[in-house]
Amino acid sequence: MSISVRYFARLREQLGRSGDELDAEGIRTPADAWARANGGDTLPANTLVAVNQDYASLDSTVRDGDEIAFFPPVTGG
Amino acid sequence: MDQHDANRYSRQIRLPSVGEHGQQSLLDARCLIIGMGGLGSPAAMYLAAAGVGQLVISDFDRVEDSNLQRQIAHRSVDIGEPKAISAKRTLEALNPRCRITAIDWQLDDEELADQVAKADVVLDCSDNFATRFALNRQAFQSGTPLVSGAAIRTEGQIATFLPQDGGPCYQCIYPGDLEGEESCALEGVLAPVVGVMGSMQALQALLVLLGRTAGLAGRLLLFDALAMEWQSVRVPRDEACPVCAGRKAVHDGD
Ligand SMILES: [Zn+2]
Repeated sequence: MSISVRYFARLREQLGRSGDELDAEGIRTPADAWARANGGDTLPANTLVAVNQDYASLDSTVRDGDEIAFFPPVTGG
Repeated sequence: MDQHDANRYSRQIRLPSVGEHGQQSLLDARCLIIGMGGLGSPAAMYLAAAGVGQLVISDFDRVEDSNLQRQIAHRSVDIGEPKAISAKRTLEALNPRCRITAIDWQLDDEELADQVAKADVVLDCSDNFATRFALNRQAFQSGTPLVSGAAIRTEGQIATFLPQDGGPCYQCIYPGDLEGEESCALEGVLAPVVGVMGSMQALQALLVLLGRTAGLAGRLLLFDALAMEWQSVRVPRDEACPVCAGRKAVHDGD
């Protein structure tokens, strides 16, 4: 099994892809998943995280088969 | 409701989810809209058109040339005018029966608390975290539903917070010490993106006024215009939230 990672809006544009499929081995949190998928690139400040469409934090627990989504913050109007 | 209103709002009254009773609730309602820019323009115009009886609109900026690409309540002849005054003219022309109160100065805490408490629903159409956090605090203090919208570049976010339902608040999503403001002036924004989000705010506000909040509670909707995708995220109350933690749900009949 694996963990799906999805990038939304500006993150998708910046990374040039909409997501990654990662081997679940060794991934315990969204922060782990980001680090695995994006190497040394630090996560942009205030990025929102969801696990299986539930609001989550970077150190929430993730399991095999979970979907992690990263969303840029939006404040303009 | 007289014959004029029955005819004017007939296409809404026809809906089972609105009906005469629902339309009367809109006619009796008072909405506070903070910000008359890209989000506030379409939000206020739809609420006025839909027959909301009273709109209080607040903005202390003046209309600039570079606003007109997306802030559709203002016109070229309004450049230099306070946005609240310019928008009031547009809204009154759109629906003369809608009572518009324009606030063209910066509300202090006390004035903001007063306006939030008087409103049946508040729309956050502002463009900065400081206003968003202040408005969120006031909404939870007075128990007023808050429709929070944001848009920039080609993306947007919207959530309705219902203090009476025991649900989350804005600060459950964004921690209160947030920095790193972004602005449409620096980042840019594609005109209809604020239209989509502002119209969605008007829609969610109408649902609140009609008592149809089941689909709104605890949900954050995110819009990605380039991918033409919406995402929905379930947001729980943060039990450590300094604004809303410990608040009890209030239900009719309890
Ligand atoms: Zn909260």
